[in-house]
Amino acid sequence: MKLSYVGDVTALARKDLLLELRAKETLPSMLVFVIATLTVFHFALPRGTGHVAALGLLWVALVFTALLGLTRAFVAEREQGLFDALVLAPCDRSAIWLGKAISVFAFLAVAEVVALPAFAIFFQGLGGRTILAVLLADVGIATVGTLLGAMAVAGRARELLLPLLFLPLAVPIVVGGVGGYLWFLALYDAIFTVLSWATFEYVVAET
Amino acid sequence: MKLAALTTVLMGAALALIFFWVPTDPDQGFSQRIFYFHVPIALTSYACFGWGAWKALRVLWKRDEAADMQSYVAIHQGVVFGALTLLTGSIWAKISWGVWWAWSDDQLVLFLVLFLFYCAYFMLRFSVDPGVPRASMSAVYALFGVVLVPVSFLAIRLSHSLVHPTVFTSHGPQMAHSQFLTFCVAWAAMLCLFATLYGVELAGKRIDSHLRELRELLT
Repeated sequence: MKLSYVGDVTALARKDLLLELRAKETLPSMLVFVIATLTVFHFALPRGTGHVAALGLLWVALVFTALLGLTRAFVAEREQGLFDALVLAPCDRSAIWLGKAISVFAFLAVAEVVALPAFAIFFQGLGGRTILAVLLADVGIATVGTLLGAMAVAGRARELLLPLLFLPLAVPIVVGGVGGYLWFLALYDAIFTVLSWATFEYVVAET
Repeated sequence: MKLAALTTVLMGAALALIFFWVPTDPDQGFSQRIFYFHVPIALTSYACFGWGAWKALRVLWKRDEAADMQSYVAIHQGVVFGALTLLTGSIWAKISWGVWWAWSDDQLVLFLVLFLFYCAYFMLRFSVDPGVPRASMSAVYALFGVVLVPVSFLAIRLSHSLVHPTVFTSHGPQMAHSQFLTFCVAWAAMLCLFATLYGVELAGKRIDSHLRELRELLT
């Protein structure tokens, strides 16, 4: 029973990663977007601003880049009518969520592999604490964002809706990230991962 | 009807106590009286969100279909009270600190985040067609709301230690007995007001849906 759950999750995550490898739709736009945002921020920041200000902008850039990826996350499922098939499939519905969250996390991590060095070059060096905070934040962004993304594609407004749903929930992540409160980010991840995992099946309930 | 009468009596009593009985605050003067509106409204708004989340839980757990509309109405009232909280908070901030908005006030910032969160609730609800999926989706989002309250409160406290390290102290002196009594009456009045409005809006929604069913039967 347990093994099949892990198998379902890996199969679903693998499907997303393979699709992305072949179609190259989401990840390149995320990469270009994050670099473009950092460039805009360079001009938005007055000369000689402090470390905290630049770090704050890094977090804004990361959250917006994540939003860009999240809006695309369930588009294929909706457009190709894949949701119905997934819901009918003999797997636990939360496996759909976990598989998608893992692939979103992977996209985010790849985008940050480019974004963090770019930030270090453009602005200032990065501490290990910030990198750890980014990783912890990615978990929260991926889990909560995947659940909200599934909600947003069900509506008529779609891309318009997700930022509205997601940003209030991202406020604690930004606070934890800018302040470097690793314990707080871990707490956020724990609470919202459990909540998303428990409630996802209601979000994709038969349509 | 009884509830509406009780609300009227309590509201009248609260207004009388606030404006004629409770002594004027020696520090802040007359303007401190807005406290008896602002804080009860804020607490009532939390109660609305809590009630909405409880009903949301019933939607998911018991598959209770009536609870969906109840949850929506409670959150709708919560947003109305929340808007009033932001407004009265802003007025109080202007009078007592000289600014319309203070990021240093935890409660005000928390309310802004919550207010934005619940505004998105309406966007979500109105962008999905009515039915079971919409009910469960709204319910899940409403549950996220009550979890977000303590998490953002903690986050906002933390963000303060980043900028203003001294906010972790308690809020000034204790209330006098007369002040506490006035506050309690005002809060009870606000809660009754919420219960009345909740009943009225719910009845309205029910009549609406009955009317729609009848129309469909006719056509």
